[in-house]
Amino acid sequence: MSNSALLEVINLRKSFGVLEVLKGVNFAISPQELVFIIGPSGSGKSTMLRCCNFLEEPTGGSVLFKGQEISKPGVDIDTIRQHIGMVFQSFNLYPHMTALQNITLALRKVKKIPTPEAQDRAIHALEQVGLAEKYASHPNQLSGGQQQRVAIARSIAMEPDVMLFDEPTSALDPELVGGVLNVMHKLRNDGMTMIVVSHEMRFAQEAADRVLFVDEGLIVEQNVPSEIFNNPQNQRTREFLSRVSDH
Amino acid sequence: MDAFAEEFLNWEVMVRYFPDIVSGLWVTMYLALMVIVTGLILGLLLAVIRAFQIRPINLLIITFVDIFRSLPPLVIIILFYFSIPMFGLHWSGFICSWIALSLVLASFVEEIYWAGITSVHRGQWEAARSTGLNFFETLINVVLPQVIRMTIPPLTNRTIVIAKNTALASVVAVEEMLTVAQTSLAYAANSSPLTLAALGYLLMFLPLVILSRFIETRFAWKR
Repeated sequence: MSNSALLEVINLRKSFGVLEVLKGVNFAISPQELVFIIGPSGSGKSTMLRCCNFLEEPTGGSVLFKGQEISKPGVDIDTIRQHIGMVFQSFNLYPHMTALQNITLALRKVKKIPTPEAQDRAIHALEQVGLAEKYASHPNQLSGGQQQRVAIARSIAMEPDVMLFDEPTSALDPELVGGVLNVMHKLRNDGMTMIVVSHEMRFAQEAADRVLFVDEGLIVEQNVPSEIFNNPQNQRTREFLSRVSDH
Repeated sequence: MDAFAEEFLNWEVMVRYFPDIVSGLWVTMYLALMVIVTGLILGLLLAVIRAFQIRPINLLIITFVDIFRSLPPLVIIILFYFSIPMFGLHWSGFICSWIALSLVLASFVEEIYWAGITSVHRGQWEAARSTGLNFFETLINVVLPQVIRMTIPPLTNRTIVIAKNTALASVVAVEEMLTVAQTSLAYAANSSPLTLAALGYLLMFLPLVILSRFIETRFAWKR
């Protein structure tokens, strides 16, 4: 597993003050795999994801990207982050820029791609999320779902090796969720490696290769979706799933 | 009413001292412009340096900013004017006023920019950093453009307040508009030059006030 792993997390720990959020988490993701992380709120699943690109600095353990430990001194985290895309719950588009500029910024500044070429790539990324015609719109002119799709385009334009999704649909009105999930489905079919923290259980069942159930800072159970959802082994997994299936 | 007109709106006196007031206007305008440019740039620079969160440097910045925001600008100008020669420097009243007011403006402006920087949502930083932009690139390309838009109203307000303080330079013998007006007033034994000066200030600052309103709406974006 660990030889072919694209991203690996070993004995990951994270505390905020006295509060220990992650208590030694291990998992690895292989190329083209979609790993889905579920768990109650406050279980540490978002923190786990945010440790993968060091938006949150772990207090213990290590994160390996393509076998390289990214916490080691001398490793340039900005270089690593180019290869790890991230999509946020609240989209976080830059409000003073158009959709196009949102996407080209990192292409120009980080990848040093000349502006015309960066714009071509941005348009292509927007086409992939079905919003090419919105290239000149500012975030405030877009719906939540459209904003999130632009945010996904911003991420995929960088051609990352893996993408992290931190509750990408939680801030959306129900009727806008589908559009975002469609884009994620397409990405998955195109072979993107993805780690998704979300409450969209249907999506997990349809698209995930593996589902991790996280509770109280630990991975309690992991399995293929059919097993997790139909035949959960752990009592806490069962309780959680029965609670979320209520609605 | 006639007495008022005679004292403040004396046409003959106004015509006589008009050229002097205009020359004072240029000095005031020049000083104000220098203070605005220096103060805004220095203030931004300080806020950017502060964003790097280097503790001893931040302590220095905060100390400087708090002192210069507490002292009356007039006190600072006089203090500079009389203490600078002790250090073997020979600064004119103009230079003393320019530096003193620039530092005062920079102090207020730094605080305004800083408040702006801290109020930009953390998600903006995270989104930019997650794509590989470093701290400085994020600050310059993502955070500061938002900060500047957000802070235009308090920034223009404060800038206008401090720029008007150029009138204080009259105490250190700068031949700016108020000085000229006061001298003229003494010579003419009539207050009409002061009326001219007031008109001059209006002429200078009213467009600035209107411009700030325009910039505000031009750069605003809905949230």
